[in-house]
Amino acid sequence: MSRPKIATLWLDGCSGCHMSILDMDQRILELASRADIVYSPLVDTKEFPEGVDVAIVEGAISTDEDVHKIRLVRSRSKFLISLGDCAITGNVPSMRNPFSTQEILERTFVENTTTNPIIPSEDIPKLLDKVVPLHHVVDVDLHLPGCPPPADVIWETVTKLLDGEMPEVTIKTRFGK
Amino acid sequence: MDEQPIAIKTLTIDGKEVGARSGDTILQVAQEHGIWIPTLCFLDGLTAYGSCRICMVELEGNNRLFPACVTKVYEGMVVIIHSPRLEHYRRVIVEMLLSERPHICSVCVSNGHCELQTMAQLLGVTSVRYPYLMRKHDVDASNHRFLHDDNRCILCGRCVRVCSEIEGAHTWAFSGRGVESRIVTDLDQPWGESESCTGCSKCVHVCPTGALIEKGRSVAEMAKRRQFLPYLTVMRKEDAE
Repeated sequence: MSRPKIATLWLDGCSGCHMSILDMDQRILELASRADIVYSPLVDTKEFPEGVDVAIVEGAISTDEDVHKIRLVRSRSKFLISLGDCAITGNVPSMRNPFSTQEILERTFVENTTTNPIIPSEDIPKLLDKVVPLHHVVDVDLHLPGCPPPADVIWETVTKLLDGEMPEVTIKTRFGK
Repeated sequence: MDEQPIAIKTLTIDGKEVGARSGDTILQVAQEHGIWIPTLCFLDGLTAYGSCRICMVELEGNNRLFPACVTKVYEGMVVIIHSPRLEHYRRVIVEMLLSERPHICSVCVSNGHCELQTMAQLLGVTSVRYPYLMRKHDVDASNHRFLHDDNRCILCGRCVRVCSEIEGAHTWAFSGRGVESRIVTDLDQPWGESESCTGCSKCVHVCPTGALIEKGRSVAEMAKRRQFLPYLTVMRKEDAE
C-alpha cells in the first residue's frame, strides 16, 4: 500500500496555524515516518499534486487566486480540513469587509505611502469584494477552530485520520484562544 | 406575609425524577439538581428574560419548545433537555449570533473569558453555515472608564436589567428593531454624557461578551467579575424581610 499523502496550504492568514503545525515538534518526524508531506509552504513543491489524502488549509479566501487554489485543492483531495479561525470565519482578514476594496487599497497603497503612492494593478491577484471562509466556496470535511488551533489538536486530528478514525476534537479547541 | 404551605411537584428531567417547589422554573430545578441546561441571557440575580432561546427544552406531549428559564414546573411534567432537534436549534442560534456581528474572537478583549465563545465550544459549533452580515457598528468610547462596542453585543439585555433592577439607574435601554437593534445609554446619547449613569460598572461585569468593557484592557485581558450579583440579591432579600 502506498503511503498516505498530506498537503498543507497557506491562504489569507498570518502563518500562525503553520507555526502551530511546527509546534508539534519532534512529532513531525513521527508524522513523516507514517505519511508523505507532498505539498506545503514547508516543502518545495510548485504544484498541488493529485491524489492527496488529507489537505490542511490555513487562511481565508480573499482573492481570485485563493478561489482558484481552494477549488484545485478540493478537487485533488479526499479530506479537507479548515485549519484555524481565518479559514473558518474569515477572522482578522475579514475585518476589511465593512469597507469597499477601493477604500482598502487607497488606504494601504496611497494614503499611508510616501514613495510611489500607486495602487498596484498588474501581476497580483485581484481582491474579492468580501473575504469569505473556505466552506462558503468549497465543501469542507472538518473544521478546527482556534487562533491558532493548538499543536496537540492538530496532531490528534491527523493521526486519527491516518488510523482511519474520525477525530473528536471540537471540545479541545475553540474560536480565538 | 402569608405563610403558604410549599407545594412540592415531581417531574422528570431527561429521565431523572426530581422534586421541585411550586412556582420554580425548569432551569432552577435543573440547576438545583446539577443538571446543565445551556443559557446565555440568563444570569442568577436578574429577572429571567427568555430572549436568547438557548435554554429551550421539549415537554412531552407538546410540540412547542419552551424556554427553561421562564417556564414554571407542574406535576408530572416530562422535560427533555437533550434531543437532536434541540441541539440543532441551539447550534443554529449560536451560529446566527456569530454571523450577525463581527465577533472576531482572536482580537477581542474578552477572548478566553467570553460566554458566547464558550457556548460555541460546548455546543460543538465549529463553523457558521450562514453568510456573515458584515455590518459596521460604532464603538462608543466617550465614557472615561468604560467602552461600549456594539460589534460584540448579542442583545442579551443583562446590562439593561442590571442597571434597572440592581443599580436602579435605568441608563441602558434597547433601541431599534431586528438587525437595527442596539443597546443605548439614556436617549441614545454618548455614554460619557449620560446624566443617569452612576459609573457603578455593574453592566460591564454582567456583559457575557466584549461588548461592555473596562478601558485599558488589551486582547484577552477582560475577565468579568460578577460575584457581586448573587450576594447583592440575597442581602437585599434579607433586608426586605
